Formats: sequence, C-alpha cells, structure tokens
Amino acid sequence: MKTSTSFKIAAAFCCVLALTACSKKNTPDLEASTAGQAAPGSEKDFAVNVGDRIYFSEDQSTLAPEAEETLRKQAAWLSQYSSVTVQIEGHADERGTREYNISLSARRATAAREFLIAQGIDGTRISSIAYGKERPVAQCDAEQCWSQNRRAVTVITGGAKTS
Amino acid sequence: MRFPDDKRIKFLVALALLLVFIGLRPAWTATEIDLTGGRITPLPIAIAPFLTGDGAEESGATMTEVISNDLGRSGYFNPLPPDSFIEQVTDFTQEPRFASWRQIQAKALVTGQVFMDGGKLRAEFRLWDVNTQQQIAAQQFTTSPKNMRRIGHLIADVIYKQLTGIDGYFDTRVVFVDETGPKDNRVKKLAIMDQDGFNPRALTDGKDLVLTPRFSPNAQEITYMSFAGATPRVYLMNIDTKQREIVGEFPNMSFSPRFSPDGQKVIMSLQDGGNSNIYELDLRSRGIRQLTNVPSINTGPSYSPDGSQVVFESDRGGTQQIYVMSVDGSGQTRISFGDGRYSTPVWSPDGKYIAFTKQARGQFSIGVMKPDGSGERILTEGFHNEGPTWAPNGRVLMFFRESGGEGGGPQLYSVDITGYNEQQMPTPQFASDPAWSPKLN
Repeated sequence: MKTSTSFKIAAAFCCVLALTACSKKNTPDLEASTAGQAAPGSEKDFAVNVGDRIYFSEDQSTLAPEAEETLRKQAAWLSQYSSVTVQIEGHADERGTREYNISLSARRATAAREFLIAQGIDGTRISSIAYGKERPVAQCDAEQCWSQNRRAVTVITGGAKTS
Repeated sequence: MRFPDDKRIKFLVALALLLVFIGLRPAWTATEIDLTGGRITPLPIAIAPFLTGDGAEESGATMTEVISNDLGRSGYFNPLPPDSFIEQVTDFTQEPRFASWRQIQAKALVTGQVFMDGGKLRAEFRLWDVNTQQQIAAQQFTTSPKNMRRIGHLIADVIYKQLTGIDGYFDTRVVFVDETGPKDNRVKKLAIMDQDGFNPRALTDGKDLVLTPRFSPNAQEITYMSFAGATPRVYLMNIDTKQREIVGEFPNMSFSPRFSPDGQKVIMSLQDGGNSNIYELDLRSRGIRQLTNVPSINTGPSYSPDGSQVVFESDRGGTQQIYVMSVDGSGQTRISFGDGRYSTPVWSPDGKYIAFTKQARGQFSIGVMKPDGSGERILTEGFHNEGPTWAPNGRVLMFFRESGGEGGGPQLYSVDITGYNEQQMPTPQFASDPAWSPKLN
C-alpha cells in the first residue's frame, strides 16, 4: 500500500512538471518542433525527415511511385550514414490467410530491400523479416486501416547516432 | 493436465475390447443413424444417470454429462432430458423396462455404473437398442479417477461408432493459438485442450510469436512456426516434456509445417527472397528434398493420408489456387477453378476430400472439394473464416472465425461436413489456428 501511494504522488508530481514544460515552450505544434530538432543521423531523423515506411496495394508487392520516392530518400540517408544497419519488416493486412500473408509480406520486404540494393546500399546492411498479418498498426474494420497495414517498415538495428 | 498413465489406459482399453460382448444387431429393425443424406435427424438417446458407489458419485455424474455433451454436440444424437425418464435404473445387471423408454421416444438407451475398486475407478456401460430390446454394446474401463472425463469420451466413442458405423472422435484434443492483448500487439501462446474445450492449458509462455501448430500422427508432438530467433523458423515440441527443437537451420524463414502420415517427415515452405517453395525434411537423416521450384508463393502443404500425394496452395497462376502433386514433386496440377482465391488446403483423414479457405466477393468461406477438384461445397461463409482442420473421422471440421475491428478477434468453431451443426468452441480467450489430434487411444 505504501509503495502505491508514493507512486501516485510521484506520478502527480511528474504531471505538474510536464504541464509546466509545455506552457513555458508555448509551441502550437510540438510534434513539428521536435522533428526539426532530431539529431542528423539519428533514428528520429530517419523516421521523421526521411520516412521509414512504404505502402502496397491489396495482394501486391510492386512498388508504387511514392514508395520508390521514399526508398530513394532512405537510400540517400543510408549512404550518408554508412555505419547504419537496418531490418525491413514486411507486413500484410488482415484480409488474407495466415501462411500466404507471411509469404506476401516476405515478398514486400524483399521488393523494398532489392530497391535499396539497386540504389547502391550494401545488401549486408539490410536484413528482412516477414510478419504477415500478425502486427497491424491500424485496427479498424475498413479499407482505410487495411491500407495502412500493407506496409514495409525500415527499422534501424544499429549504427545510428543517439539524439 | 497430463496423463502419465496413457499407456496403461491403452492397455486396459485393449483388454476391455477383448472382453467386450457385443450383441448381434438384427439388421431389419436395428436402430442406426443414416449419414448418407444432407440434414441428419438426431437420434433420441436416453443416457440414464450412472449408478455410483464408494466415493465415485462425482465421477458418475461427470461421465454421464461428458457422454451426453459429446453425443449432443455431434449433431447426430438428441440426448433426452433426464427429468423426462420414467424408469429410474437401480440395477445395472438387469434388463431395462423397454416400454418405459419407448414411451419417451428413446431409440437407444445407455446404462452404466461407476465405483472405486482398490484406488482405481471402474466404469461399465451397456448400450441398448430400445426397438429390438437388445444390448448392442457393453464395455468396462479401469483407470485413475482423474481420467474420468477421458473414460466418458471413450464410452461416447463406442456409442457413436455402434450407431453411426463411423469411428468416433471424442477422445481427442485440439492444439491451437491462444490470443490475448490488443490487436496491434497480440500475445500468442500455443495451447491444448480436450476436443470439448475442457482442460485447456498453455504450452508456451507468450514471449515469442507462434503460429500454425500441427499434430504428429501419434499426438505426442506438434510442429509449428515461431519467431523466437532472429529468423522465424519451424519447430518441434514434445507436448508432455515441452522440449523443443528447430527443424533444420536454413538461411531464410521456414514456415507452414505439417507432419507426414508416418511421422518421419515434416513438409514446409522455405522462403527465398520473394518466393516460397515446398520442401520435405526427413526427421531422422535430416536430409531435405525440394518439391516445388516455381518463382511464386507455394505454401500450405498437406499430405494425402497414404502419403503418396501433397495438396498445397500456389499463386503461380496469378492468384492463390489449390494444386495437387505426387510426393516426389511430379505432376503439379491445379484443382481449384471456382470463382475466387483458394488456400489452406487440408486432406481429409479418409482421403475423400480437401478442405480449404475460399476468398470471394469480400467473404471468407470454409469448403470441401474432392481431390480432383470436383464437388465443391461451401460449409460456412462470412466476413472471415479460415484454416480448417479435420476431426480424425473426417465428419467434422474446426476452423477459426475473425470478427473485424479494434475489439475483434478470432474464435474457434466446428461444423459438420454437411454444413449443418455449426458450434462455437469454448476457449479461455480469443483462439486461432486449430489443429485436431488423431484419436488418442
């Protein structure tokens, strides 16, 4: 009981601090503000200023022009920060069967990986994994969510600068 | 729950079978269920409360309940409510008063008794044909009291077989994936339960993502896919010891495993870049053989019961379709030609059918077709039904049904091969990827 009470007090104290911090800064768009401050070569820099994910059409693994654009930016960034290693996670939406979706997401991860290699990134820096439909990001029961789940996400696994 | 004396049960069952005295069934008036048609009229059956004594009261009540539930859930029997019974059976050795059972429309009657005998539970039952006034089956079991549910299932199996002419499937288990937590971070555990949903227990701790468990033919091992290591792979697990091992160190992901009918091999998909092909691994020699070599997705392999052929899915023609090939990889032939995508094929234990998932017009169905692709029948259709598995007698299928949306998740269902008698399986939480065991005895 004692720990729980002191935890509550600590939590309340943190909230007060957080509120003060916010009001002092007085920035209308906190998200954009921190994004701009991401240290170059950091994970945050990659996610916010480059874009860590691309999307696919239903039951497809071909790269759309927007996807290629994102991958070109990823390749440029990876060329600049040559000690960074990444893993590409392939994903599928829930509107498919389990085993097929695992294969389909492997195909998507492979498409992204091969594009990066074609852009000059050493293949030994890029691993891949296929999650099938097991790790959706959007959960609603509609195409607007399923389209967000048909994705390949480039995740930094090492060598990034700490921000 | 474990059954350390499984072997003992087997022995006792075998012994009991030797001692069985099955009355001859006069064919002209015998009670039996016709399973050749579409909708089956359930046979009214009275299961008299088992007589008990010497501290076996609870076992008697449980066994009567297990038998009644098994037969009722099958859809082929209509267990009559005990409060409608006119005769209260008080002596197991005496013939029942058939007139009083005929009066409540019972076609068959089960009587039994359970008592403790030197620390062991002894159960006996007799199956009576009310029309012919004949005893048509009788059997006796001796076991540890904690196996009382299994004895109930074994008795239900004998009754089912006697009256339908088909092997029962009640003394079986189901391995599945137990699912908890939010949809974007599901915790998945391998789990096992009795065929009726009792005795569920987890086989893994949920730390690693696990998928598609399948039984070995002796029901002692499962093969499944796990994301435990850096590369997702196919594993084996002994159900009793929980000891696990990787099935082969391949450069890329291995998935979609299934045992061969003789238990000596595992067939699975190996990923190579954007393609997946089917390989067979010999568990003793660890030798591997490639069966498909097509730049496409080839997965979901399942052997014919005689082990001579393999059914699988492939999108080599543009969309997921079902193919059959010889076990040496020759003669790869497409068999699904309906409107839509076909996947997750599973050969029935009697060899007569292939069950599948079908996607068409935004719906996911479970269906069956003959191994040559003819005679397609849809058993259930809806938003999302997937992954059929067969009961060992080939009469019942289990699958999972997803409800969409944020709070949605999968549940297990069973359905008769006729498409009737769909029933939700009781599971502790959300559940997916069911696989039915062979018969345990």
